[in-house]
Amino acid sequence: MVLVKTRNLLKCYPMGLRTLTALRKINLEFQRGEFCGLIGPSGSGKTTLLNIIGSLDVPSQGSVTVLDKKIEELSHVEAARLRRNHIGFIFQTYNLLPLYTAYENVEFPLLLIDMPEAKRKKKVMDALDWLGIADKAESRPAQLSGGESQRVAVARAIVKLPDLVLADEPTANLDAENSFNILEMMVKLNQELNTTFIFATHDEKVIRYLRRKIHLVDGQVVKDEIVN
Amino acid sequence: MIRFLLKGLIRDRSRSLSPVLIVAAGAFLCVFLYGWIKGAMDDLISSTARFDTGHVKIMTRAYNRLSDQMPNDLALLGVGKLLDDLRASEKGITWMPRIRFGGLLDIPDEKGETREQAPVAGLAVDLLSPDSPEPEILNLKNALVRGKLFQKAGDILISEAFAHRLGVKIGETATLIGSTMNGGLAMHNFTIAGTVRFGIAALDRGAVIADIEDVRFALDMADGAGEIVGYSKEMHYDNNAMVALTKQFNKKFEQDKDEFAPIMLSLVDQYGLREYLDLANTFGAIIVTIFVMAMSIVLWNSGLMNGLRRYGEIGVRLALGEPKGTIYRRMILESIITGFIGSLLGTLAGLAVTYYLQYKGIDFGNLMQKSTILMSNVIRTRVTGWSYVIGFIPGLGASVIGTMFAGIGIYRRQTSQLFKELEA
Repeated sequence: MVLVKTRNLLKCYPMGLRTLTALRKINLEFQRGEFCGLIGPSGSGKTTLLNIIGSLDVPSQGSVTVLDKKIEELSHVEAARLRRNHIGFIFQTYNLLPLYTAYENVEFPLLLIDMPEAKRKKKVMDALDWLGIADKAESRPAQLSGGESQRVAVARAIVKLPDLVLADEPTANLDAENSFNILEMMVKLNQELNTTFIFATHDEKVIRYLRRKIHLVDGQVVKDEIVN
Repeated sequence: MIRFLLKGLIRDRSRSLSPVLIVAAGAFLCVFLYGWIKGAMDDLISSTARFDTGHVKIMTRAYNRLSDQMPNDLALLGVGKLLDDLRASEKGITWMPRIRFGGLLDIPDEKGETREQAPVAGLAVDLLSPDSPEPEILNLKNALVRGKLFQKAGDILISEAFAHRLGVKIGETATLIGSTMNGGLAMHNFTIAGTVRFGIAALDRGAVIADIEDVRFALDMADGAGEIVGYSKEMHYDNNAMVALTKQFNKKFEQDKDEFAPIMLSLVDQYGLREYLDLANTFGAIIVTIFVMAMSIVLWNSGLMNGLRRYGEIGVRLALGEPKGTIYRRMILESIITGFIGSLLGTLAGLAVTYYLQYKGIDFGNLMQKSTILMSNVIRTRVTGWSYVIGFIPGLGASVIGTMFAGIGIYRRQTSQLFKELEA
């Protein structure tokens, strides 16, 4: 089943008097359950593409369909609803809410979808448990290591069981061991829950795990390979 | 969700404690300054009413035109009947005749020669009738410094400072030299019964209080009075009621072209007090407006700083699917909570200080020695019903307006822009 589809996607940004083309003629399809990555150097357009798929940005031309919804036609509220119900984000710098505990950070996406408290509590503890950080539930981000913080971020992304997880350089700030642990968990998630993962990365540690590698250079897809 | 956001608010002191303190300070100043202006203006009105204007005052039209010269040749006559009519028709008002007079007060030595002499401004009121409210209206019992209040006809009270200046003792004779109602020379001996201090610089410099019957006799004003003053029984000035009363009274004499026909004026129609009152109300409004604006700017700035600091949090919340409008409304809700708590604390502190100074007051006697305004040297604040709510106007208003301005940034920036700033 096609989860994400881009057609002739073009994204331009005004840069003073000039226009910078970040993405050009991107035609891609992502199936449910894929574990794939957008690979390329800085400035190749991978984060821009991830943002558009995540409905945080809109295409300048062309069309992007996510779960049968055209991103370019969504209002702010509809885009927020799509993210709230169907998409999880994982960031390079974790971006946990610093004033809240690990438990509360993971709880936040469930509060946004008005999940009842008892069910919410179970889901949060399950997610923390699954990622092996249940004992850190009451710790604030400042009290967590990088690996623990990223696990909390992953728990926050997957706690609502989204259809799609978008991960932008998720291991860039992690050492090899933590990167390995995080990636192993993501693979497990992908396999057990059939959650679709799309990475933006140039980290070899991540690239090794990908089953589909989409290479971007100067905003264009130069190679799209399936790894068996 | 609200509980979740409240946790963050409480944990982040720059979003909770700082705005609460700023708002509390503003609300405190607002409540206190309002109480101060209100107290000062109420005191001015009360003192002016008690010693001069009454809540309403009746004079002849001619006297009214020259009232600052105390023109007793233009005074009311047939006052007894007029008072009877007024007391019968307006039972809710206490009506009292008064005469203002000027002249020289001469203090003779043991041989009867002039020892000291000074110009004097006097007030003659009914002091000897057993049911006269004048001693109470003028607060004579509390004002008495030495000697006794009136015992008999011929007694006079003079201000303590004046007595010192003239070097007179209690029981000495003082001669009033002035002019009668008909323009003749008036000389009348009084006995100094006591000295008074009203705490009002304009009176304490050289006032004399005499009984009206003595002054009528001295100035040849039988059944006359310069003014008839009226006070509501509760001694509370109700402007609407008094203005209505003056209109009703003056209507009766509308057709009378005689310049000696009586005219009634309410308190605010005298000495430009209406303008004073309007000025006080305007000042009150200006103070609130200034505080709303100043605090809005401070809180806006604080909100912007917080907003900058919170771009990360806002970016994450947007990414996780919270709509911009919801974030904006929740920021305003936070500001309402901090604004309310700050306003409450500031109002409580403001009320405490205002209550304290309502009873204690601050003595400005040294600064008011040359004052001609009938205003107490000790200025007291005044707590009114408005004092309980006025702090909430700048407190809540500034918090919400400041946050609304600061929060506009959320709408101005594209989601992706916030997101990029988050990543940076």
